[in-house]
Amino acid sequence: MTTPTSAHPLLQVEDLRVAYGKIEAVKGISFSVEAGQVVTLIGTNGAGKTTTLRTLSGLLKPLAGKITFDGAPLTGVPAHKIVERGLAHSPEGRRLFPRLTIAENLKLGAFLRKDPVGIEADIRRVYELFPILGERSRQASGTLSGGEQQMLAMGRALMSRPKLLMLDEPSMGLSPIMMQKIMDTIRELRTQGTTILLVEQNAQAALSLADHGHVMETGTVVLSGTGQELLHDESVRKAYLGED
Amino acid sequence: MNELPQQLANGLILGAMYGLIAIGYTMVYGIVQLINFAHGEIFMVGGFGALTVFLLLPSGVNLLYALPLMLIGAVLVAVLVGVAAERFAYRPLRGAPRLAPLITAIGLSIALQQAVWKWYPEGNKARVFPQFKGDSFQILGATVQRGDIFVLVAAPVCMIALGFFVSRTRSGRAMQATAQDPDTAKLMGINTDRIIVLAFAIGAAFAGVAAVAYGLRTGEVQFRMGFILGLKAFTAAVLGGIGNIYGAMLGGVVLGVAEALATGYIEDIPGMQQFGGGAWKDVWAFVLLILVLLLRPQGLLGERVADRA
Repeated sequence: MTTPTSAHPLLQVEDLRVAYGKIEAVKGISFSVEAGQVVTLIGTNGAGKTTTLRTLSGLLKPLAGKITFDGAPLTGVPAHKIVERGLAHSPEGRRLFPRLTIAENLKLGAFLRKDPVGIEADIRRVYELFPILGERSRQASGTLSGGEQQMLAMGRALMSRPKLLMLDEPSMGLSPIMMQKIMDTIRELRTQGTTILLVEQNAQAALSLADHGHVMETGTVVLSGTGQELLHDESVRKAYLGED
Repeated sequence: MNELPQQLANGLILGAMYGLIAIGYTMVYGIVQLINFAHGEIFMVGGFGALTVFLLLPSGVNLLYALPLMLIGAVLVAVLVGVAAERFAYRPLRGAPRLAPLITAIGLSIALQQAVWKWYPEGNKARVFPQFKGDSFQILGATVQRGDIFVLVAAPVCMIALGFFVSRTRSGRAMQATAQDPDTAKLMGINTDRIIVLAFAIGAAFAGVAAVAYGLRTGEVQFRMGFILGLKAFTAAVLGGIGNIYGAMLGGVVLGVAEALATGYIEDIPGMQQFGGGAWKDVWAFVLLILVLLLRPQGLLGERVADRA
């Protein structure tokens, strides 16, 4: 199976290689994300999924390869300029600013925007999406529960009005109910037309809502297909969905 | 001499000066986890900046009118040196093992001292700093020199301005974000390199203000003045909780008052006579530092750093 590509995908990754010192964590992967799609990268710990996202958002410098976003190259662009281009990253482990309040975290998500009215409207939108955040808007984010922190991390990433939202392990460490809530939100964002690149260990949940999926193992993409295809693929079921 | 109000006033004046310098240590540490041991010398060059401006003014100028210009000179020189230190000495070492920037800081500190010693006109001896003429003030039973009024006004003004900047402005919030999680700050679109420069610049500016206060108080500036004062300000920053700007000022004041009280009263304690007076005054700051490190390592207002990712 190959990744379907059109003339101008929103994000195009070609033969990307990333290393930490001498250890190569991503060994030449290629994939693309079309506008409006949800694409997921699944795989075990250490497969290189988080490294891929951190490279896309500029926190890591690639060894080689090409990243094209919205028609322009992204390689070599510093991290703080990449958000400006419309790529938002909700990192693994939420990474909120713990001593700042919910509202302050959300405002930082809109750091580069200059439209106070639009920012206020978007904050209200996040509070509609996650009412609990609105009720606690003046509470320090470090005191929130894991699920609430995840909602805030997603809300904060949305505040930049991204063309592409990258979510790294949004379900990590959450209760089944909270995980369901987060997955429902991703589905809702998708119906609103948000393009999402989702990294998940919970393959079942990720594949069932993704248009396309890529299975990563030790730094390479070993299998690609539509969400449904992968969900019913024998080897995926064995390796990632806990069936024998 | 050993009157309580007088000792408290001396301590407060000294402490305000320590606090202003301590801000520089604490802001830089809060953002890049670097102890900028050259900060004492940034304070020192600020003093020479102020002196230079004074010497360039026509002689016999009223010090009150000269003071704002001297202040600008001090702040300008200190900020220039502080920002250059960040750019050329520390930035290339970002990501290096922590010992490397620390040694660099000590090297820079020596280099700055020697540069002033060698190249500033008569920099190898103490240079006379202008003094306010006229009687001292009597405030609540303490005698306060005219020149000392400067730091008693400047320190709170600087603190209030900094507090407003950090909590109310966009750059200030970006600074807090960078201190709490630099990588994620970048993901928000914050240019963290600029924030680091800003932290160095603000710290250096406050050191420049402190240098003017020092000159007015002691009547001189000299190339070694940043050494012991820098160490004490660093102590104040640790005492208050390093990384916390209010802690730095509180630590400075606590240190200054403790030092003044120890100098004034310790000889009254039976068996401690030989530790009294000015000769031992520099010891008390470091005794306090040891006590803080033993009893409350995170400092007075410091938080345990567990919430740092």
